[in-house]
Amino acid sequence: MERTLIVAGFGGQGVLSLGMVIARAGMSEGYEVSWLPSYGPEQRGGTANCHVILSDEPVACPLVGHPQTLIAFNLPSLEKFAQRVVPGGEILVESGLEAAVTREDVRLYALPALEEANRFGDTRVANMVMLGAWLELHPILGDEAIEDALRRVISKRHHDLLPLDLEAIRAGRRLMAMARA
Amino acid sequence: MGERELMKGNEAMAEAAIRAGCRYFFGYPITPQSELLEYMARHLAGRGGVFLQAESEVSAINMVYGAAGAGARVMTATSSPGFSLMQEGLSYMAGAELPAVVVNVVRGGPGLGGLQPAQSDYFQATKGGGHGDYRLIVLAPSSPQEAADLVYEAFDVADRYRNVVLILADSILAQAMEPVELPPARDPASLPAKPWATVGRGERAEPNLVNSLYLAAEDLWALNQRLQAKYRRIEAEETRWAEEWTEEADWLVVAYGSMARIALAAIRQLRREEGLRVGLFRPISLWPFPSRALARRAAGTRGVLTMEMSTGQMVEDVRLAVEGAVPVRFFGKTGGVVPEVEEAVEAIRRMVAETEPRHAHPVR
Amino acid sequence: MSVTLRPVFEPTRGLRSDRVTHYCPGCTHGVAHRLVAEVLEELGVLERTVGVASVGCSVLAYNYFLVDMQEAAHGRAPAVATGIKRVLPDRVVFAYQGDGDLAAIGMAEIVHAAARGENITVIFINNANYGMTSGQMAPTTLVGQRTTTTPLGRDPAQAGYPIRVAELLDTLDGPAYIARGSLHDTAHVLQAKRYIRKAFQAQLEGRGFSLVELLSSCPTNWGLEPVEALDFIRERLVPHYPLGELRKPEGVR
Ligand SMILES: Cc1ncc(C[n+]2csc(CCOP(=O)(O)OP(=O)(O)O)c2C)c(N)n1
Ligand code: SF4
Repeated sequence: MERTLIVAGFGGQGVLSLGMVIARAGMSEGYEVSWLPSYGPEQRGGTANCHVILSDEPVACPLVGHPQTLIAFNLPSLEKFAQRVVPGGEILVESGLEAAVTREDVRLYALPALEEANRFGDTRVANMVMLGAWLELHPILGDEAIEDALRRVISKRHHDLLPLDLEAIRAGRRLMAMARA
Repeated sequence: MGERELMKGNEAMAEAAIRAGCRYFFGYPITPQSELLEYMARHLAGRGGVFLQAESEVSAINMVYGAAGAGARVMTATSSPGFSLMQEGLSYMAGAELPAVVVNVVRGGPGLGGLQPAQSDYFQATKGGGHGDYRLIVLAPSSPQEAADLVYEAFDVADRYRNVVLILADSILAQAMEPVELPPARDPASLPAKPWATVGRGERAEPNLVNSLYLAAEDLWALNQRLQAKYRRIEAEETRWAEEWTEEADWLVVAYGSMARIALAAIRQLRREEGLRVGLFRPISLWPFPSRALARRAAGTRGVLTMEMSTGQMVEDVRLAVEGAVPVRFFGKTGGVVPEVEEAVEAIRRMVAETEPRHAHPVR
Repeated sequence: MSVTLRPVFEPTRGLRSDRVTHYCPGCTHGVAHRLVAEVLEELGVLERTVGVASVGCSVLAYNYFLVDMQEAAHGRAPAVATGIKRVLPDRVVFAYQGDGDLAAIGMAEIVHAAARGENITVIFINNANYGMTSGQMAPTTLVGQRTTTTPLGRDPAQAGYPIRVAELLDTLDGPAYIARGSLHDTAHVLQAKRYIRKAFQAQLEGRGFSLVELLSSCPTNWGLEPVEALDFIRERLVPHYPLGELRKPEGVR
């Protein structure tokens, strides 16, 4: 088994931590994992992205050229990476952006993650909504592993947000379940 | 052994250094090594050490010189433009035979270059870099785990030979997070003594001297002969490399650092999907370069492909090692453009096609 | 009646008595060495001192001082001394630098060591030219002064103005002690020694960075007889580089 992802969006949308939660949880579930961030000026106000791999085998190369999953939070990220998704792969986007996806050979899920996060009163948890959606598609990481990963990824001074994050993840799962139904 | 931790290469190197007994770090910020510097700033003081942000890389390496001369395990880290500025100090450290560990997280050049990963400092790292006939021991990890292991060991190697050990990294492995199992912590007080260090004369009748000036030509010649003898010993004892699928390989790929990971992915794909018998030869010590091991491996193959994130630097050492026994080809990209696995696959296919027996150039 | 002989002078134990220095006749580098060595001996710290020699005529200082020494690259002595002091905070660490070394190629290192209040002592030899490389212009060369690279005299329009290092460093908050002395006659040599002692005293008390600038002769490159060179210091250098203590730690007189 190997799962490869690219998570991309504006800096500050939590794309790096989304990927990191998956990698950390993957590690505690016994997978070989890697997480590679974009670096440099890309991070300054522009787009940020990270490459994530979970695998049964040692990871050959932490770069993900062609992800099975693209999670895109904004148009520039979608334009940059949509063509790279493997045929038969999937793209998760913020609703409203789906029109920009021209590919027929991938599954496309447009989810109102921002709107959902807004309902929790904190748009910062939109990344967790997307995480929940991805977990619904790929039930390979247990709740405990995810919670533990969250605790490690999120800085201590934001630990009061943990219940909110978990709530957002559950909401994401529901959204995805509805989208697939 | 401890637990596996998900860590960035930069942080793994910093923590491994502290566990190796390094308590002194002098550095100057530069992307993409700043996380190493910041880790040291956060952790050293609390563990009985000193972190100092220098006014430049020139000063940083000279602070390292002073601290190493005073007998401490000491480290600095930088990226390419800063590494250029350190060459003067590194040359002096070679002359004065001072041990220290230096990390260069290479970025694309020349000039201010870019911030993305590259391997274009190979010449500078392995051929001396500064003035004079000297070598740094150059170790090139290809993962955060290996980076931690090599940094940890580097302090012992540096002390053993009284020589600078350079960790030549790139921002893929410096910034990627992978599981890392950290080595056990060592107490600096338990490390072997350095009777040559300048710590104050104390009871000694003769002062100790840390110096690289020899005004009499015969004396400088004698120093150089001593250094060369040491370098031969290092070549005999510290040459490192790794191999994957090289037994009975028909072709060989030579790559180091993160490029070796890309090559590995490409080779895995070709072996799986096309049954091509390609092996990977990965130099870990870039100086001393594993020439003999490579020559032995290359001998039975039809061709060798060197892959680098440069326009072709290590390939010169590969050619020197192989000595024309089989064709040596090159594939590389640089400036921060990282070759894709498919490009690596393509490059290997090209080499295979060109070196099939019917195409092979006869070796005279 | 018996006479007991009492020694009135003994060479300092801080310098090797068996070596003749390589300095030119009439050069006051040797005087500065002796003052430093005497002070270290009188303070009883020779055994726990680490010195840093720099690049210039004093590059071989490590051959004369009987203390552990490191030889630094041109201009980098304050950085090297910083490295030593951070590892060995209870040792006495000093750097000995010329004006080309300290105020040209090494200006960044000295300013930042001073700004950090690095607890080291710097002995700064100002001889208004590059002695070792045979008399080129230094950052301290006076306007109008002839050197091998200002053959018609230093012209500010082309080569700018001399730097007053002690005053420059005195603008910083880091230093604990800054003084400028001169080596042109006995009275001033004794005064210089008092400054040097206070500088090391400041270090021993952990007060931070200390520097003593010493106006020093270079008869060889100034093209003067040794005695004329001392006159040159008095008549030309002292008026431009006023003597005295610029910075003293509180409680020090
Ligand atoms: C990087 C470098 N550049 C140039 C030199 C050549 N050099 C040696 S000594 C010196 C000048 C020293 O002058 P100063 O510091 O005034 O000391 P003095 O000889 O006058 O005592 C120079 C330029 C060097 N050794 N290293
Ligand atoms: S050249 Fe000048 S500074 Fe150098 S030793 Fe001779 S007199 Fe002294």
